Amino acid sequence: MSATTSTFEMGPVYVPQARRRVLGFVFLGIAAFIWFAFLRGVDPTMNTSMRLYPGGSTVVVDDWVFRTQNALWVMAAGCAAVGAFQLVRGFGRRTSLAFAMVGGMFVFAFLSWAASGGTLNLAGMLRIMVVRSVPLTLGALSGILCDRAGVVNIAIEGMMLTAAMIGTIVGSISTLWIGLLGAVLAGGLLGLVHAVMSIKYRTDQIISGTVINIFAVGITSFISGKFMQPMPQFNDPGIFVPYEIPLLGQIPFLGPVLFRHNIFVYAMIFFVVFLTFMLFKTRWGLRHRAVGEHPKAADTLGIDVFRTRYMAVILGGMMAGLAGAYFTLGSVGKFDQVMTAGRGFIALAAMIFGNWTPIGAMIAGLLFGFSDSLAASLALLRVKIPSEFLLMSPYIITMLVLAGVVGRGQMPAADGTPYEKE
Amino acid sequence: MTDASAEVKAPKPSAVGIFLEEVRRSSLLIPVLAIVSGLLLGGLIVGLTSKSFYEVWSTSPVQAIGNGVKAAWESYVTLFAGAFGTPSRIQAALESGDALAIRRAFNPFFESLVKSIPYMFAGLAVALGFRTGLFNIGVEGQIFLGGIFSVWVGYTFTGLPAFIHLPLAFLAGALGGALWGFIPGLLKAKTGGHEVINTIMMNYIAFRLTDWLLREPMKRPGSTNPISPIIEESAKLPRFFEDPIRFHLGFFVALAVAALVYWFLFKTKWGFDLRTVGANPRAARYAGMNIVKSTIVAMSLSGALAGMAGANELLGVNYNLSQSFSPGYGFDSIALALLGRNHPVGVVLSALLFGTLRNGAVRMQASAGIPIDIISVMQAFILAFIAAPAIVRTIYRLKEPKKAEAEIHVSGWGGS
Repeated sequence: MSATTSTFEMGPVYVPQARRRVLGFVFLGIAAFIWFAFLRGVDPTMNTSMRLYPGGSTVVVDDWVFRTQNALWVMAAGCAAVGAFQLVRGFGRRTSLAFAMVGGMFVFAFLSWAASGGTLNLAGMLRIMVVRSVPLTLGALSGILCDRAGVVNIAIEGMMLTAAMIGTIVGSISTLWIGLLGAVLAGGLLGLVHAVMSIKYRTDQIISGTVINIFAVGITSFISGKFMQPMPQFNDPGIFVPYEIPLLGQIPFLGPVLFRHNIFVYAMIFFVVFLTFMLFKTRWGLRHRAVGEHPKAADTLGIDVFRTRYMAVILGGMMAGLAGAYFTLGSVGKFDQVMTAGRGFIALAAMIFGNWTPIGAMIAGLLFGFSDSLAASLALLRVKIPSEFLLMSPYIITMLVLAGVVGRGQMPAADGTPYEKE
Repeated sequence: MTDASAEVKAPKPSAVGIFLEEVRRSSLLIPVLAIVSGLLLGGLIVGLTSKSFYEVWSTSPVQAIGNGVKAAWESYVTLFAGAFGTPSRIQAALESGDALAIRRAFNPFFESLVKSIPYMFAGLAVALGFRTGLFNIGVEGQIFLGGIFSVWVGYTFTGLPAFIHLPLAFLAGALGGALWGFIPGLLKAKTGGHEVINTIMMNYIAFRLTDWLLREPMKRPGSTNPISPIIEESAKLPRFFEDPIRFHLGFFVALAVAALVYWFLFKTKWGFDLRTVGANPRAARYAGMNIVKSTIVAMSLSGALAGMAGANELLGVNYNLSQSFSPGYGFDSIALALLGRNHPVGVVLSALLFGTLRNGAVRMQASAGIPIDIISVMQAFILAFIAAPAIVRTIYRLKEPKKAEAEIHVSGWGGS
């Protein structure tokens, strides 16, 4: 095995007991914060009303109106209860879930307080959250496919960007669906490049990913500046229109939030379910994961490590291509320079926060999508919190997760190490 | 040399043969071939996307290829003329004796040097990281922090003499970068969180922080644009010539810092410790070196160098902070540092190359209509060839090197 630099066992030995306590106190602290910062200043007669249908929806339901004070009491008590349980018993493997619950309650408390005396379009916000989470979740799935087979993929950003452009060009000169196909194939092609560089030539996988990221920014801006801006006919692929799922789309509140989207949202849900099944319930998935955890053992048992890794990275690239197509074909309908704007790295963050599982990645994607959607609607609320700080939150959360503050992620053991047959 | 003596029994090799043999085995060959390949592939893309190529392709492919080669050649001529100046123009200016005309004629060359200064600092930052076993992708964010700190010092303090104000602002920039390097260093040392992910995240935190600072606290009073106030005269890095030449003191500061980094890394005990930890942490631990401290110090120093790049740009060229003052110096510097073999001398040379390319590409974009982004494509190719010498060796049919090349490995990102 070639020399790796950072397999040092260093730093203090990790004590789960201490962490459990710390986290318990953090939860209690959040409960106290809700009481201290929100609850005390609220006029007892004030109401918060939440609109339960997005703008333009045909299914109209009454606003949900409640006393701000009561909601805050419930949320503070909920956080305190979770904190107390964490202190006494601990959530064990479900610590991340507990963290997510407390986080959710805190956000709800914040929204109730911020919208107190006014109306907040909850459904609209959640709908935007779902939409914004699509590239993050699909990008994270791309990362999962690669990482689970032991190849680090930090090129999600570059793959998405390239696919977004190719999808636009192909879609403009042919049809929308062929454009989508083109985007997926473009992602797959970059996946192949990443695979050849990191598996065949054993380039460091992070450098290989960096190559793709730099190349993608360069080539897409170059082609966009040279052809797509002067010739708008190459930059007009159209957009996938929303499709309402019969019956489900008519459910009040949930219908418009979840079931009236274009194919990208449905593709996200499908691939999360499908990949969970494939990775954890099939022989293919077992082999895939074995290659990422212990390639030598997998090789001994007759699994072709190189072939598995090639397939994983190419499939991962195609998934990133689908995520990239969302930016143009699924969202704005035209390509702009560096339009992914770092979403590929948030996808990476979602993968880590989701502990390298598809469902975890989707939850993380939704959470980060929510912070995006919240940042967009902050201006409408009466509080003045700079939206930039909300936009920072995915990055900060990821660093906390990596540091082991919020549940230690379990990455594939052989992630990032090239395999050499002996 | 040992080769020639070892092959005494072989048929007498000619002097040219020995020279070629040395060249083929030399470690300098790979970087040179990487640059050549990068330029060729960049030219290929320029040729393929030129109008004279694709419009003629369907009627006469041979002529089209000729046109494509011509287009690529012409754009490189434009690029290098833009980077070094045009001889005929320099001659005409010298003959006319007009000072402004002479400065204008020589400006392209000096502008290339100006563009290479931030690359020197940023490249040194990445190189120092690699030498100490750390992959610092966060240079871009550290540049922003350096810029923020130095600009703040630059416009907040008034009435200071330049010999205090300027160093203060410059060092504040280094401090800002060091802070942004310190955090991932600390996280790596104490928790094992991988510096690659943490520095990427720190980049984006730095961008959002800059957005906010320019929207609220650091916004120039009375301006509608997200832009900071202009720094005081006393904080500006002095320029050596009058307009339009922007060549400033930062160039020599960068050379001095490069020398300092060389001395630190290769001539002091601290540098030796850091390099040992980078090369073989386990051995370093048995030798009693403090790995936690080394990691934190190395990341902070790397960040400080990156911060200097930001300070240099804002104190020497821009004089105020805006969201787009760095066209990606931090990301480019990864390729740059590897091209320079992570050695200060190599970094300075690569920085001169990258600065030249970028400056020439600006002119190329203006006069030939070729987007400047072609530079990024070339850099990606160069990086690929440098990082995977096997590819270059396959293409040019080179022999394996005598001793194994030091491969760059960053390892998986769980850390521990």
